[in-house]
Amino acid sequence: MKKLDQIRETMRRDQVFSFMANGYSHPVVKGEVDVSHSTILYVEDVSVSFDGFKALNDLNLYIDDGELRCIIGPNGAGKTTMMDVITGKTRPDEGSAFFGQTMDLTQMSEYEIASAGIGRKFQKPTVFPEHSVFENLELALHMDKRVWPSLFSILSGEQLDRIDEILETIGLKDQRDIAAKLLSHGQKQWLEIGMLLMQEPRLLLVDEPIAGMTHQETERTAELLLSLAGKHSVVVVEHDMEFVRSIARKVTVLHEGSVLSEGTMDEVQNDPRVVEVYLGE
Amino acid sequence: MQRVPLIFRLLQNDRGGQVMMALLVFIAVVIPVFNLLIPADSALHVSTYTVTLLGKYLTYALLAIALDLVWGYCGILSLGHAAFFALGGYAMGMYLMRQIGDRGVYGNPELPDFMVFLNWSELPWYWYGFDMFWFAMLMVMVVPGLLAFVFGWFAFKSRVTGVYLSIITQALTYALMLAFFRNEMGFGGNNGLTDFKDILGFSLQEDSTRVGLFLASALALAAGYLFSRYVVTSKLGKVVRAVRDAEDRARFCGYRVENYKVWIFVASAILAGIAGALYVPQVGIINPGEFSPLNSIELVVWVAVGGRGTLYGAVSGAFIVNYAKTYFTGALPEAWLYALGALFIVVTIYLPKGLVGLYQQYRSRKGLEQAS
Repeated sequence: MKKLDQIRETMRRDQVFSFMANGYSHPVVKGEVDVSHSTILYVEDVSVSFDGFKALNDLNLYIDDGELRCIIGPNGAGKTTMMDVITGKTRPDEGSAFFGQTMDLTQMSEYEIASAGIGRKFQKPTVFPEHSVFENLELALHMDKRVWPSLFSILSGEQLDRIDEILETIGLKDQRDIAAKLLSHGQKQWLEIGMLLMQEPRLLLVDEPIAGMTHQETERTAELLLSLAGKHSVVVVEHDMEFVRSIARKVTVLHEGSVLSEGTMDEVQNDPRVVEVYLGE
Repeated sequence: MQRVPLIFRLLQNDRGGQVMMALLVFIAVVIPVFNLLIPADSALHVSTYTVTLLGKYLTYALLAIALDLVWGYCGILSLGHAAFFALGGYAMGMYLMRQIGDRGVYGNPELPDFMVFLNWSELPWYWYGFDMFWFAMLMVMVVPGLLAFVFGWFAFKSRVTGVYLSIITQALTYALMLAFFRNEMGFGGNNGLTDFKDILGFSLQEDSTRVGLFLASALALAAGYLFSRYVVTSKLGKVVRAVRDAEDRARFCGYRVENYKVWIFVASAILAGIAGALYVPQVGIINPGEFSPLNSIELVVWVAVGGRGTLYGAVSGAFIVNYAKTYFTGALPEAWLYALGALFIVVTIYLPKGLVGLYQQYRSRKGLEQAS
């Protein structure tokens, strides 16, 4: 059986022999994402099970560089587990996850993945409550994060400008010196997105950004996410169909740990399998 | 932009710190003058007993700052911090023992009295070098720092947090106490190290030496305060507070949380060691009782009473609680432990931010009244 697998692996026509890939096709530059095939994230044949329950089942997902992708699916479809695999919090039992052509996410630790350029926004806004908005952004700034350099670090003018720029983007300029715990729910969500942006990520994972937001806040969030696409690749997990419709170009539907359907919002909504899952038989 | 000297920059926006520094400078000038220059029969004379008592409080205050760094700023409740204080004290005690020379009861120029008593023929290897002041001072910092590093490395890497960590630190100090009680350890067993004669050639019985130690303690407290202030206002300090409030978030921001915890824990242990080294020559003895878990808990009470996460709160807490202790143990010796327990309960329930928090509340209420 093992032999057979090996032969199959060698005969695969969708990829180069591994010995050729090393050093011939794509030079591996440490810390740099290789998006020469214009795909930034490859999640291939990933399975994860917890005590026999298959949270992810042969999941395949490809995200293009600069695209805005929405992921929907009923509860327990594996959306959060998928995020966990990408950010290194959970290791897949099988399958691979690559960031660009060269970075194997299953071999990297959480902080390595974060510094390689994948930022994640959690469902519940988690900001540093006692720090000011400015300090929250400063902490997230893409810079030397080791202990000793932090002791002597002083913000450069460039970095100050960068923080101000992000404050502008997320619309919290007037709240600059307020403790983050005093912000409204929506403002906290934006601050957290701002913190992700400070890390200059190539890929943003955003988990239910509009949960608990007012209508106005939702609209602003949609604008914010749309303005980010292009410069960054953004993956949004969301329940609210109306919101997804307002921002999505491409939608992926997850069900029982694998992809059920993929396409534009209209295509997906008219897919009989999706209708079945969402509306029942 | 005009360059402001570092010391003033550190105390900017720190009213409590400014007041504390001013008071510290004040007593550092006044107390020696009133002790040394004013004759003993004058009403203004400050007795040497008071000088030493205050000096002791100053070292306690430095210890409280050390705990505030890890507890108030990093959220690590160490219930064994007095262990680092005691280790620094033992390192100083070993130097003072070697300074006795042949003036001990047995007159042995090489061996301290308790070793002669145990029929030891030569100095254990770990006592080498302690006859040199610089080496002993180095050990005052290295030994607590190293223990904190090893302990912190294992505890924080395996992500032990909260109450479990507190229990382990308590076990650490208890284990050290049991170890130091044993005569074979070579640290004087339950009698500890005592009968010190002089430090750097100055007799410990002299008033001027006492005042010198008092001044050294005041200086150490000031330097320790400024150091801690530098740490907590730096980027590192912000990261450490971030770890306290949302550890996972800090990790996702790309910080290696464990390394920050180890760093702050080691820095704190070194400060505690220095405080212990200044404490020992002033009280004249160091014994395993200093490792007792109760000491560490008392230390936590000082910081809780003063107020966590402000540094000067810890200093004021150390002074207030210890003054109360000195008073109570004189007036009502049995009542002290009950008073301490009651204090802890009252502070935990009614004053979660300590006396500093109470004052801030009062200030902001007054501010609101004025505004309206």
